[in-house]
Amino acid sequence: MPVNDRYEIRIAGFGGQGVVTIGKILGTAFSVFAGINSVNTQSYGPESRGGACRSEVVVSQGEINYPYVRHADVLIALSQVALDTYLADLKESGILMLDPGSVQTVTDADHFRIIKVPVAALAHETGGLKFQNIVALGALHAVIADLISEDALKDAIQATVPPDTLAPNLAAFDKGKQYINHHLKR
Amino acid sequence: MPISGSKHLIQPGNYYLQGAQACAEGAMLAGCRVYAGYPITPATEIMEHFARRLPQLDGRAIQMEDEIASASVLLGASWAGTKAMTATSSPGFSLMQEVISFAIMTETPLVIVDVQRPGPGQGYITTSQEDVMQARWGHHGEGSIIALSPASVQDMFDLTIEAFNLAERWRTPVLIMAEETVAHMREPLVIPPHAEITVVDRVKPQDQGIAPQDYLPYGHGEVPPMAIWGEGYNINHVSLVHYEDGTVTRYNARTHFENVSRIHQKIENHIDEITKVDARFIDDCRHLLICYGSVSRTGVEAVLEARERYGLNIGFIRLKTLWPFAEARLRALVPEVETIFVPEMNLGMMIHPITEALRDRCSNIISIPSLGCLHTPDQILARIREELT
Repeated sequence: MPVNDRYEIRIAGFGGQGVVTIGKILGTAFSVFAGINSVNTQSYGPESRGGACRSEVVVSQGEINYPYVRHADVLIALSQVALDTYLADLKESGILMLDPGSVQTVTDADHFRIIKVPVAALAHETGGLKFQNIVALGALHAVIADLISEDALKDAIQATVPPDTLAPNLAAFDKGKQYINHHLKR
Repeated sequence: MPISGSKHLIQPGNYYLQGAQACAEGAMLAGCRVYAGYPITPATEIMEHFARRLPQLDGRAIQMEDEIASASVLLGASWAGTKAMTATSSPGFSLMQEVISFAIMTETPLVIVDVQRPGPGQGYITTSQEDVMQARWGHHGEGSIIALSPASVQDMFDLTIEAFNLAERWRTPVLIMAEETVAHMREPLVIPPHAEITVVDRVKPQDQGIAPQDYLPYGHGEVPPMAIWGEGYNINHVSLVHYEDGTVTRYNARTHFENVSRIHQKIENHIDEITKVDARFIDDCRHLLICYGSVSRTGVEAVLEARERYGLNIGFIRLKTLWPFAEARLRALVPEVETIFVPEMNLGMMIHPITEALRDRCSNIISIPSLGCLHTPDQILARIREELT
């Protein structure tokens, strides 16, 4: 990535889906374990569960001034509302990752690289629904592997999640990654 | 001053923390051992961090019944010889004004962080700069105030240490006018070797060789030495107009003027020493953008783009200290310019002292307001281009 270029990732969904947590893990992976500058921001409503929720990670080899997404390179939409709210800021030919179980309608689908990952269903196959965010993170890694190593992301997961949930979190990560490798990269 | 309890303090190195956590860690390095607060979004993370960390340093983190009580704890803690702080958000900051006024008059060092959210009323829980005038004028009565404006996680650490140092140096409450943006943001934070961090402690009468029988709690010069309860010095801790010895009877107008004007002037006479202003691209600029806090991150991005993409000769100034207002510093920096833009997350507040300071240098000073969210660079650029092209 050239110096001063920004790579912008936005994750959006409902409160309780782990949206803030994956933003924190991504930022930690980039800045602590890969030595690349990043800013992680978050936004949520007053509700602890159910309200609109968003987190963002802006990555750059140089200084990051404006801390929020300007033109997202990646949008992970975990709800229809999130998609409807944020699709307009996704770059043309940007990556749109969504769960077809929760997002049914995509307008202007031709403009983006759409990656459908059934994160909720895959999470049920591992430790349960609460790991859907880490499934999405694993799937994301398969897409942005040239920007950050798997080790950096897994180190950041370890640094972030409670120790007794590390194993199912890492399993969820692998589940998401393998889904992309089996279904979408062939 | 050597930093005490250093093995439990955050160690030198590279971290990735939230602004709220960086603020709390900076406070503890500066010597803060008492935190009292009442939770409120978006300031709660500061309290949560203190609640986890202060017991490890033999400090105390207390949840009080409201914001007035929280701020009042700091008064007692400070006079007992402990550095203390609280954090709140705008509705709670309103409630703390009473204590700020009391602390100014009693010359009590303490630190209050206002993680601003929009108002009026409960407003919302997003980001804001709507309390910058309340910081200066919210407390009743005269008395200057020191208020700092952080723009990054590193600032939340550095400026919190500076806030404690200023509070101790000038015996006054110091405000950190943070915003949701910087409190919730995570980014890299560098903790320097502890030996490189300057920590200022209040001057006590003992340090100046003043015996208890000769001690005047509000005398001995511009910033009186501060005795600590229990160390043998009599203190009348009083917020009525008072004489140098702390007595309040025999009121007269001359004493009143001397008392309050000294408290006011001990800050106002040292504005250059207290304030910090950053400037870029200022030489020969034809236009200028002045901002503070997280808006300066958008502001500098907009200025860089205006210069590089549109060839506009526009300079950039960031106020790191909001109050006392750095008027002389600003006048020394700013040449005559055609236009000054002042983006703020309010409907135009600091534009007033800026205009007062620079009205003979510029006749076209333009507010760029935003409520509840940080301006985007495109928003600021659009206004600049609308005016200049």
